[in-house]
Amino acid sequence: MPTSRKLYGTHLRALSILTAVVLTGGFALAAFYAPIEPDQGFSQKIFYLHVPLAIVALCGFIFGAVCGIQYLRTSDPRHDLRSYTAIHQSLIFCAGALVTGSIWAKAAWGTWWVWDEPTLVSFLIVFLLYATYQPLRFSIEDPEKQSRYASVFAIVAGAFVPLNFLAVRLANPLIHPRVLNTAGGNLPGDMKVAFYTCLVGMALLFVTLWKYEMSAKHNRAQLRALKRKLGGPDAAALRGRSAAPRVSAS
Amino acid sequence: MSDKLPTNGGYVAAAYLIFLGLLLVYFAVMATRAARLERELSEVNRLVEEAAEGTAADPAAPDAEPVNAGGES
Repeated sequence: MPTSRKLYGTHLRALSILTAVVLTGGFALAAFYAPIEPDQGFSQKIFYLHVPLAIVALCGFIFGAVCGIQYLRTSDPRHDLRSYTAIHQSLIFCAGALVTGSIWAKAAWGTWWVWDEPTLVSFLIVFLLYATYQPLRFSIEDPEKQSRYASVFAIVAGAFVPLNFLAVRLANPLIHPRVLNTAGGNLPGDMKVAFYTCLVGMALLFVTLWKYEMSAKHNRAQLRALKRKLGGPDAAALRGRSAAPRVSAS
Repeated sequence: MSDKLPTNGGYVAAAYLIFLGLLLVYFAVMATRAARLERELSEVNRLVEEAAEGTAADPAAPDAEPVNAGGES
């Protein structure tokens, strides 16, 4: 039977292989090609994991906000699902960035956390802000209201991300370095190659996982619609209240 | 080459292992969901077969074919 629905699973295998190759290549470059940083020594290798995780997480939040805008403009539930999946995944990346950052801080500065440092605290604030996204969704029973309020949250919080980034940039850093800037940054060439490969790999990982999630959610919705048509129990109705958006099968 | 890891190697290993662990947990969750999807698919197949049996008993009803469970998304 022909279907006009968007297939999120298209090219997923090729994308998965590309992600694995680029990310592994990036980490290999970081380990064997990039030089050891003279001040921090070997612990600086965490940079190639921590910074891409943080950048991709923040970009994911902004993508969630863009999808939120699209949802408010069109009322198409697919945009809400895109926003939900992006934010959900960015939160996991954000948690990864916080944990790896904390380990790096312990290795480099001798402490797990520095409360006076604007970069660290602002990133924690962004994480905690988005940690309320799921409870917010769960607290709203009506699916349409849930999608609308969640989109408004995604837009407001998404606008906060670049503002927060700018504010941190303008603040005086205490110990957290400012590695990337508009002048090209102060990374040596070898480090730059490894870093940008890791960044591209991490971005690909985000896109791949996002597509997997979207594909799984759409397939499940299709299957449930098919089950309803065949007279089986409506699993979506049986599951009760949920933070996840209701996906239409079309 | 020295047998010992460079200074702070333990922290670097911990950071990368945590990332790997996060990925593995994510894949485990995805696998659980895939298994649930497979269960639902077999239930749909059962419903289709039941409908097909009903169609065989009643020739006036439209035809129904079972869903291909081996398909790839």
